[in-house]
Amino acid sequence: MTAPQETAEPAGRTPDKTAASRVAVLLRARELGIVLALAALVVVTTAVNPRFLSAQSVRDLALGAAILVVLAVGQTVVVITRNIDLSVGSVLGLSAFATGSLLQAAPGTPVVLALLVGTLVGGLCGLVNGALVRFGNVPALVVTLGTLYVYRGVCFFWAGGQQINADELPPAFLGFGTATLLGVPWLLLIALAVVLVAGFALRSYRSGRELYAMGSNPRAAVLAGVPVGRRLLVAFTVSGALAGLAGVLFAARFGTVDAASGTGDELEVVAAVVVGGVAVFGGSGTVYGAAVGALLLTTIGSALPVLAIDQFWQGAIVGALILAAIGTDRAVAARVAARLRRREAHRG
Amino acid sequence: MAERVGNRAVIRRLAGWDRAIIALLVAFLVVAALTVDNFATGRNLSFLVLDLAPILLIALPMTLVVVTGEIDLSVASTLGLSSAVMGAMWQGGLPIETIIPLCLLLGLVLGAVNGLFVTVFGLPSLAVTIGTLALYRGLALVVLGDAAVAQFPGAYTSLVTGRTLGLPNLLLPLLVLSVVFAVVLHATPVGRSLFTMGAGVDAARFAGIRVARTKFWLYVLTGGVSALAGVLWTLRYASARADNGSGLELAVVAAVLLGGVSIFGGRGTLWGVVAGATLLAALQNALRLADVSTEALTVVTGLLLIVSVIAPNAAGAIRSALLRRRGGPTPPAAGEPSDPPPTTSPSVPSTSVRSS
Amino acid sequence: MIRHLRRTVAPVALGAVVVLGLAACGGTTRDSVEAEQPGPAGEPAATADPNAPTREGLKIAFLPKQLNNPYSDVETGGGEEAVTELKGEYKLVGPNDASASSQVSYINTLIQQQQDVITIAANDANAVCPSLQQARDAGIKVVSFDSDAAPECRDVFINQATTEGIGQGLVQMASTLAGGQGEIAILSATPNATNQNAWIEVVEQELQKPENSGLQLVATVYGNDDDQKSFQEAQGLLATHPNLKVIVAPTTVGIAAAARYISGSEYKGRVAVTGLGLPNQMREFVKDGTVAQFALWNPADIGYLAGYAGAALASGQITGAEGETFSAGKLGEYTIGAGGEVVLGPPTVFDASNIDQFDF
Repeated sequence: MTAPQETAEPAGRTPDKTAASRVAVLLRARELGIVLALAALVVVTTAVNPRFLSAQSVRDLALGAAILVVLAVGQTVVVITRNIDLSVGSVLGLSAFATGSLLQAAPGTPVVLALLVGTLVGGLCGLVNGALVRFGNVPALVVTLGTLYVYRGVCFFWAGGQQINADELPPAFLGFGTATLLGVPWLLLIALAVVLVAGFALRSYRSGRELYAMGSNPRAAVLAGVPVGRRLLVAFTVSGALAGLAGVLFAARFGTVDAASGTGDELEVVAAVVVGGVAVFGGSGTVYGAAVGALLLTTIGSALPVLAIDQFWQGAIVGALILAAIGTDRAVAARVAARLRRREAHRG
Repeated sequence: MAERVGNRAVIRRLAGWDRAIIALLVAFLVVAALTVDNFATGRNLSFLVLDLAPILLIALPMTLVVVTGEIDLSVASTLGLSSAVMGAMWQGGLPIETIIPLCLLLGLVLGAVNGLFVTVFGLPSLAVTIGTLALYRGLALVVLGDAAVAQFPGAYTSLVTGRTLGLPNLLLPLLVLSVVFAVVLHATPVGRSLFTMGAGVDAARFAGIRVARTKFWLYVLTGGVSALAGVLWTLRYASARADNGSGLELAVVAAVLLGGVSIFGGRGTLWGVVAGATLLAALQNALRLADVSTEALTVVTGLLLIVSVIAPNAAGAIRSALLRRRGGPTPPAAGEPSDPPPTTSPSVPSTSVRSS
Repeated sequence: MIRHLRRTVAPVALGAVVVLGLAACGGTTRDSVEAEQPGPAGEPAATADPNAPTREGLKIAFLPKQLNNPYSDVETGGGEEAVTELKGEYKLVGPNDASASSQVSYINTLIQQQQDVITIAANDANAVCPSLQQARDAGIKVVSFDSDAAPECRDVFINQATTEGIGQGLVQMASTLAGGQGEIAILSATPNATNQNAWIEVVEQELQKPENSGLQLVATVYGNDDDQKSFQEAQGLLATHPNLKVIVAPTTVGIAAAARYISGSEYKGRVAVTGLGLPNQMREFVKDGTVAQFALWNPADIGYLAGYAGAALASGQITGAEGETFSAGKLGEYTIGAGGEVVLGPPTVFDASNIDQFDF
């Protein structure tokens, strides 16, 4: 729907440097807008209460954002292919409970293995989503709405009212939830790594570019020989796996896991992605934007109590932000299209 | 969404699904009446109708919206905001006779906001209504916070929950509304134009249909009906809360899709949707009576939803796979119907692929 | 299109205003309804026979706020024990989300299944009322526990403790932990939670007393009984009030979230957490020193008492009138107080010395 220049050219070669970079500037301006909004929010909140920027407070914020960022990256990968994954909240819950149960049964399990298991559980759920979408030839919205119910139900069955409390989890794992490396929390490092790897893969690998092509124009992608079905499976598996990873981070961060963990998270994730400038109808947007979007939403959540604004406003503010974000995207897309048309005219 | 290409032929087969779901509903009701204790009683019917009412009510206009290829996810939040405002005004001492029309008016306005974003600004309805889903629910919390306002007049609450001549009061209005929506969708030029829009916006424009205007009013209608559902909800539970009906949008969308309406638009029947919504509600009611756990309800709802979209496609896929193995001609190209068009809906231009 | 809209919308709006204007003159308002209402229901007409034998085979159903909630599970576990002792049929149903509307569907189902007793922890005192009234019309006895339904819709309410007892206990613990003076803050459930608000009111009254003049209540925040939200609110409290000495959380969700936050932050050892919590959830924080003491009644006893009260009602031993007494198995004899309330007893205080004796 927007930004065909993201897909039209093979990576690394731009025939018309100046026009292309001008377009790129416009797109970057979109992400810059969110960064500025985030900065403004932080400045205002800090002015009201300087402790908002204290080391502890920033660390809390980063830990809270890390989980949403990981989810948002996964969602971005799916959304740029013009699909959506509504089951991420349920996948997070299932993975968190699976990891919790594993650690409860075998407290000696190393943290790395726990991370792998959670990611694997999530990846399997994602693979099922992808297979249903691909082989059932049905819209992702419906499939993942269905699996949202199914995965949550499975989780309820499994948990059967059981809650895994902090005292049943090994201290090493809980410590991982707050531990730091050179002062930076592990959770944040993992989230950063996810963002950088996904960002690099989407930008610089052929398969990554093909995801944009699929979202931009599915029919053209098929004609151009993109293995659409396989890419789709991969995109959903990645989204599921990252939701699974987020589930492990959730368990480590909060220490209390029950069958309802992550209920309703799908909405927040989609909101973060949309606010971060990823077009709902695919083909444009970056994981960096989505990550900043997630950071912005988390910061709003933490800033409201400090600003002494009624918590009840949070939902309304997020809703207004989404509308503002898609409105802005529309305007940017229109200007990009106009620029590109002019560029074509110059050449012709 | 994905796989738009090549879906046209598959969508053709969806038309049979609405008949299948009606048959399924009838079969289920018979089996449940025979095997589940206390299912086929007058009182249970009234409980069933009360549980069904909000979902079916909102599913009616939602069907029209989905048929045009759009969606409205903000309906449950509109219901909640209408309930919260109703509570706040009742708290403030306004007469209920003033509050109810005001709430309906509010619903129309909320729907108009959705319509404005979708038609005038041309934004994708999925994103817009996810935004207003958060916005309207947020405003409901701002209006009423976590409070619950109660003590609505008994005359009004018993009007909603009561029975006349053994039949629940809500049954007749629901039936009448269903018939009205069915007639509008299937037997009027307006209804036909909705199908044309869903089949392809460009085709509809060429056919002289005022796409934006029609869609705008559909959103207004959906908002109004959702607010009405909010009023009924508040009176049924005699409790106005900001979180009333949260998550209901998923149940409504599930009912519409289960009824055989294509999420891409252009396909579906209203009777299928009525049957779909009723099947969901009856299933939940019967499973609860049979002491089946809540988890099973969740899983069954999800599976039904997936099956409802996959079953018609799977049948088509198997058929074309068989054709291929037999060494016959390759399956028809995308956009060409592979079998005679079904009779349930008006002719659809077979050339168009809906632009997004 | 805009112009067209304006043309159509104007008459519609005008019409609406006219209708409203007409309706506003005279109509059903809150005040007129309240004036009509007969007030609290009178005493039940039936008379109690304290010597009636306890019926066996009673169908007693438990409907907690939600299933899959550890606290509810413990409560209903006690109920199951009581029903088994009474040789009745125990049933547990409930929604997965703590919403009033889903509870109503379950009440309807229980009416259809012709239970003898419904014991319920109401999510919304008024929303469940019409259905419970239908149940009572159908001859079903209704016992509310933990969180009351509107008094006119139930026979007996099992109250976990008196409001005063809990409020005073909270202040006492806070005062001990703060060493008699300093800033304290409350992390509550929802802003409109009936129980919590009543306790907070008592806490505020207690703080007025001269012996507590050293304590200052600097903030009351709400975690909505949501783990993550409570966690964030605890963060917010310390960000805003650096000199805070004690966080008092009169809700099991809030105290666990606050303790978890403190134990993993730089405030550990400087800021104390207390309130009402479940021993199993709090054990780790008591052992690592984050939490010195907290209190709670035994939730299993609430369910147990509710089961016995239901059986006594269904057997005709009590009707729910003030002054009637009934026997509740291992808990002994109980007397119904004003408004059909039965109070379980004083809460237990847990600390490092006794926490390992409890498993709930």
